[in-house]
Amino acid sequence: MDRLRFITCGSVDDGKSTLIGRLLHDSRNASDDQMAALARDSAKHGTQGEALDFALLVDGLVAEREQGITIDVAYRYFSTPKRHFIVADCPGHEQYTRNMATGASTADLAIVLVDARKGVLPQTRRHSWICALLGVKQVLLAVNKMDLVGWDERVFAAIRAEYAALAEAVGIERVQAVPVSALQGDNLTRRGGADWYSGPSLLEHLEAAPIPALDIDGPARLPVQLVLRPHQDFRGYAGTLAQGRLAKGDAVLVQPSGHAAILASVAVGGREVNAAEAGQAVVVTLDRERDVSRGDVLCAAASPLPVSDQFVAHVVWMDEAPLLPGRGYWLRIGTREVAATVTEISHRIDVNTQAHEAAKQLAMNDVGLVKLSLAAPIPLASYAESRTLGGFILIDRLTHATAAAGVVRHSLRRGENLRWQAFTVDKALRAAQKAQVPRCVWFTGLSASGKSTIANLVERGLVAQGRHTYVLDGDNVRHGLNRDLGFTEADRIENLRRVAEVAKLMVDAGLVVLVSFIAPYAREREMARSLFAPGEFIEVFVDTPLEVCEARDPKGLYAKARAGLIPNFTGVNAPYERPEAPDVRLDTTTATPEALASTVIERLDRR
Amino acid sequence: MPLSHLDRLEAEALHVLREVAAQFRKPVLLYSIGKDSTTLLHLLIKAFAPAKPPIPLLHIDSTFEFAETYRFRDAVPAKYGVELRVHINEDGVRDGIDPFKHGVSVHTEVMRTQGLKQALAAGGYDCAIGGARRDEEKSRAKERIFSFRNAALRWEPKAQRPELWNQYNGRIHPGESVRAFPLSNWTEMDVWRYIEREGIALPPLYFAADRPVVERDGVLLMRDDARMALREGEREMMRRVRFRTLGCWPFTGGVESEADSVGKIIAELENVTTSERQGRVIDHAPGDSMEKKKQEGYF
Repeated sequence: MDRLRFITCGSVDDGKSTLIGRLLHDSRNASDDQMAALARDSAKHGTQGEALDFALLVDGLVAEREQGITIDVAYRYFSTPKRHFIVADCPGHEQYTRNMATGASTADLAIVLVDARKGVLPQTRRHSWICALLGVKQVLLAVNKMDLVGWDERVFAAIRAEYAALAEAVGIERVQAVPVSALQGDNLTRRGGADWYSGPSLLEHLEAAPIPALDIDGPARLPVQLVLRPHQDFRGYAGTLAQGRLAKGDAVLVQPSGHAAILASVAVGGREVNAAEAGQAVVVTLDRERDVSRGDVLCAAASPLPVSDQFVAHVVWMDEAPLLPGRGYWLRIGTREVAATVTEISHRIDVNTQAHEAAKQLAMNDVGLVKLSLAAPIPLASYAESRTLGGFILIDRLTHATAAAGVVRHSLRRGENLRWQAFTVDKALRAAQKAQVPRCVWFTGLSASGKSTIANLVERGLVAQGRHTYVLDGDNVRHGLNRDLGFTEADRIENLRRVAEVAKLMVDAGLVVLVSFIAPYAREREMARSLFAPGEFIEVFVDTPLEVCEARDPKGLYAKARAGLIPNFTGVNAPYERPEAPDVRLDTTTATPEALASTVIERLDRR
Repeated sequence: MPLSHLDRLEAEALHVLREVAAQFRKPVLLYSIGKDSTTLLHLLIKAFAPAKPPIPLLHIDSTFEFAETYRFRDAVPAKYGVELRVHINEDGVRDGIDPFKHGVSVHTEVMRTQGLKQALAAGGYDCAIGGARRDEEKSRAKERIFSFRNAALRWEPKAQRPELWNQYNGRIHPGESVRAFPLSNWTEMDVWRYIEREGIALPPLYFAADRPVVERDGVLLMRDDARMALREGEREMMRRVRFRTLGCWPFTGGVESEADSVGKIIAELENVTTSERQGRVIDHAPGDSMEKKKQEGYF
């Protein structure tokens, strides 16, 4: 048996969850205990009075049941004697455009719900357009709540006509319309409601809809997932065949390197086969040693993919942090991951009207046409050619969130994209480029309290995590920038002012700056804090008692101060004002410097 | 001939398993000995053949598995050529956590959920593969194939990463982890049809046989050893039963059945009107109990 994957699109009150719940129930795919749970839930959260609320069969999260809305994509499974079905049930709110795109990315067909009383709405257009954008080309139009308009045939006909025009405008190729009442179950799995409708039920349409075949006739494309090397004499390349067929003896090109080879073997699930086709997970071997690794694509030698590092794409923005041109992301396409930058937002698209608008950034759920530039050239297909090799995601380098989904329109020849959109290089952009949150971490405490030791360990830890850092240390600054300053109170204040300003510049450059300074005066520490944005300045009090510092005295300074050889030595003959409420307090008498450094790093990880 | 539904499910699962191997430093496969995780084991071998799977198996032993389950488990490493690690929550053993004394919830929380957390932390695993399916339970229907866990191992249903095409984002920070579910899109029936097609061996408990059972609270329990004391009026009786899932025996009910082969089970399932988790006592708590458990770190 074959299977159809479809997505359901509709808004809050269109009755989408009810329709799916009904479909599961009426096609006898809901079990007795699920029905019993439904009866319990209906009594508790139901919106249908005494009757069963079929929406509760599918709304799974607590918040969804309580609020009576669908928040996230839910996947449902059912089958009839004719076919298996996988349903992506997607929320319809504008703020869930990203979820709809997610559901549409794997769908063969979309059920678009329209409330018969309301007709085609902006959201109907939005849903249909997003489906078309993600490559769903056939729609079942379910005109729902027909019972509430007295099964008026004219209402149905008008909506069907209006939708046909919309479908053509957004690029939906095939539309079938059915008048239904999800609540009553009419025309879902059985005919009912109207005697004037004699067409197939919704389920019959689903059973008969053509399934867009995986492209097995196109040129072969195998994105390599990983290299298998069980022993010296075997080197296999594992991956899911994205397009075409591969057979022993076929000539292939390794892309992007362009090296040629002949397939020595093709296996599926550990068994050698004569040939494999699109959709199968395979392992192939080559007749000669070639440098092939994850992310490469093995292509039919006669028709390789174009290789490019610049292309045009539609992106659906999915992250809370907006898309900013110039910011770096990880791009994943096929099995390859590469550093990428959006160089230009050509326009934003109003998802309701599809009008083009100028935009400096894209916010969550925005869709736009953009130009991307990659750190290295890669083999690229357009999305129209291949969902697998033309669909990509962008990953935020700092949070690792999936920030966007994109579909490749076409690649750009070198030089076409040299003009970079004017964008402001600011602190946020510099920080994003380094994939970090810039910070000033100020270690204060007595001489020999352990400030520099800990600061250096913190820096080492941060660098190991790939952060960009700098340590400003009392000694290194006094030897250069502040060579002209002494140890009087006025000079100490000026010393701190300059260091704070330098730290501020470094934070502006996107760095994590670790300042290791005694900074004895509370007022100056406050002055330093005031230079930074809230949360950017972290005061770390290295709280080591004077006796301990004096006992350590690594440079013999306390001894000299006690002997009267150093005037104005903090703690001996100059005051140290203890921080009242430091962000972090470290006790060096009970923990090792390594443990204390970890404490500071953990504090930095908090945002 | 186009790929069948089962072929496509298999290909997707192999793809996911290979993504786990490619994207994570130290993945592990949670092996519960049940039909789903044994199917997963079969797929694991296929995904990396002819190489050995680069991913070890981990069993969180509740100490109340069926004796047959243990026998089956102990034969797995030699039969499949894989490494199997076993973890028992020794704190729970020391505290004498007992399902009969402390109840299902406490026992599951301590021996499974806490045990799992201990084992994942001790092993430093950054990805744990499980056999969960979306058709099992409502909150699972919304879970991703790569399901992100924060540093406290919690699942945040509202902060899930969008998952498009076959792109699975496994990028994490130190301390964070991912649960991967290659069987997400399979139904119970798909699993059985695949087991039949591939001839996958399962613990005999899945197949109907005359077994000594006790009826308690409407559930047929198999008294696997003497740790279960009979209540007044209860008596052991022979019934022809099989188990649709294999959990801890004190709260995994058997169903009366004549199905003693995979083919007969499939025939039986085609007419059945209860879902497979019905025999599990843990799921009968209030409607959102699984979502809560998952947030707390249950698989």
